[in-house]
Amino acid sequence: MIHLRGITKQFGDYPALHGIDLDVAPGEFIALLGPSGSGKTTLLRIIAGLEFQDSGTVLLGGEDVSRTPVADRHVGFVFQHYALFRHMTVADNVAFGLSVRRGKHRIAKAARQARAEELLRLVQLEGLGSRYPGQLSGGQRQRVALARALAIEPRLLLLDEPFGALDAKVRKDLRRWLRDLHKAMGLTSIFVTHDQEEALELADRVVVMSQGRIEQIGAPDAVYMNPETPFVSHFVGETNRLPASGGEIHFRPHEITVTPDGSEAVLVDNVFRKGAVWRAEGLLEGSGQFVELDLPSSQDAPRLGQTIRFNPHRARMFNADGDHTQGDLP
Amino acid sequence: MSQQPTSESPLARAALITVALTFLGFFLLLPLLAVFSEALRQGAGPFLDALHTPDALAAIRLTLIIAAISVPLNMVFGVAASWAITKFQFPGKALLITLIDLPFSVSPVVSGLIFVLLFGANGLFGAWLAEHDLKIIFAVPGIVLATVFITFPFVARELIPLMLEQGKDDEEAAISLGATGWQTFWHVTLPNIRWGLLYGVLLCNARAMGEFGAVSVVSGHIRGETNTMPLHVEILYNEYDFVGAFAVASLLALLALVTLVAKTVLEWRFGLHAGARH
Repeated sequence: MIHLRGITKQFGDYPALHGIDLDVAPGEFIALLGPSGSGKTTLLRIIAGLEFQDSGTVLLGGEDVSRTPVADRHVGFVFQHYALFRHMTVADNVAFGLSVRRGKHRIAKAARQARAEELLRLVQLEGLGSRYPGQLSGGQRQRVALARALAIEPRLLLLDEPFGALDAKVRKDLRRWLRDLHKAMGLTSIFVTHDQEEALELADRVVVMSQGRIEQIGAPDAVYMNPETPFVSHFVGETNRLPASGGEIHFRPHEITVTPDGSEAVLVDNVFRKGAVWRAEGLLEGSGQFVELDLPSSQDAPRLGQTIRFNPHRARMFNADGDHTQGDLP
Repeated sequence: MSQQPTSESPLARAALITVALTFLGFFLLLPLLAVFSEALRQGAGPFLDALHTPDALAAIRLTLIIAAISVPLNMVFGVAASWAITKFQFPGKALLITLIDLPFSVSPVVSGLIFVLLFGANGLFGAWLAEHDLKIIFAVPGIVLATVFITFPFVARELIPLMLEQGKDDEEAAISLGATGWQTFWHVTLPNIRWGLLYGVLLCNARAMGEFGAVSVVSGHIRGETNTMPLHVEILYNEYDFVGAFAVASLLALLALVTLVAKTVLEWRFGLHAGARH
């Protein structure tokens, strides 16, 4: 569906993307995950045609659109801050892409309104067509923006931090709703996020980016369980780092076994409940490294000042030159 | 009423308000009242007669013509400049932003002189203009040029911060939905800036009708031909025709009042819109 080859982009002296290759299959739901400045939004805008790459090619459905402007790419784009037209009603917003068609593509007003009504039903905003965007909540506005993007029957849906401006509860509901919608429609979709939880929950595949490069592409479980670079290990999920000869050992807070003869010891200086587990924090004896451990909350909470001895039972070793080995430890 | 942490003591508040009101009274209200009382000193008859002289009517007509030409021009220039500055990156952008403010930072007399130096009899293009029998200085085209120059910043300065704040998302959304550049401007950008634009046009109009310095240099003060209202006021005043001078001046003052009211109404609508935006 989408094939990107050697995409580079520079803003003045600042290199935003260094040679990105990416293939997306029809119907896939892809997350571009990375911190700010990783180039994820720039990549999304290049796929949309809102920005043009300095070199490299963009193929959409076998067609080379490398120099095609956004208006001719037939992609739906959803903005972080919705970008709804505030002087138009919700229904007029949704029908905008149809009302600007001219010549033989022109659609009669009644048909446009019917289509808008249908899309509002799809995004569960039936009956709100005559309201103005200013009268809707954030979550409702983002759904209007989605309906507006879908109205042009795009071959591809691109979402730039679609939940970024919403509060936690709405964000979670909308996330679940979007996943269901994607399942029902099967439209190839790419969304940008800096929230690893969001990426892991929604996407079929996660593309982790850092400093204009792709660090890892994989299913959410693979990216979480088998990070290939120290960056991915650190950015996706929580990670403890232990210095080791020739590199670092990374393990998740839950990848430990507490045992009296454990090789590592931590002096607990903070304890709190983190959902279903106790989270204990403290400094390692010897190295003084800060670590976080998850302990089952079926047991008593660890006490402050207590020393916990443990072994990481699963960890990854990253060498200084970037190579890594991983797996279960004895 | 509970004391706010940021508010002053009642005494300080009263003192500050008194100072502000006294200042406003002396420097704004009193002169305004003086203009109208001087104009009507000998009653409504002489006041209306003064406005009915051929020279006064010619000055009023010329002022309206100048405004009718220069305000639409600056509306178009202002929107174009703001659009270019806020939606695109191009070399020389910082210079353009500085140039927009130039008419505000240069004395109006100097602005007028620039046009005399360019188009006057001894100016850069003077010989060529004389050859082709074109008259700019001491004629209506010169007054229009000077007025356009002086009032150029009003619309652009109103729109640039507004359009910067609104960003490019709406426009990008529109073109991603298949709209052409013109459709995007007409259906998305223009409605987004309409109140700001109207506000800028209003201020631009007030200045276009009231400009004295630059217009005085290029006009030549030919009675009944190149005298605008402000110039006419000065001539009558210098001839000790106080009723006539203040009668015309009261029209200009009235324009200022109408502008103020319209501005207040717009700010109210504007504020309402800014609130509904988020």
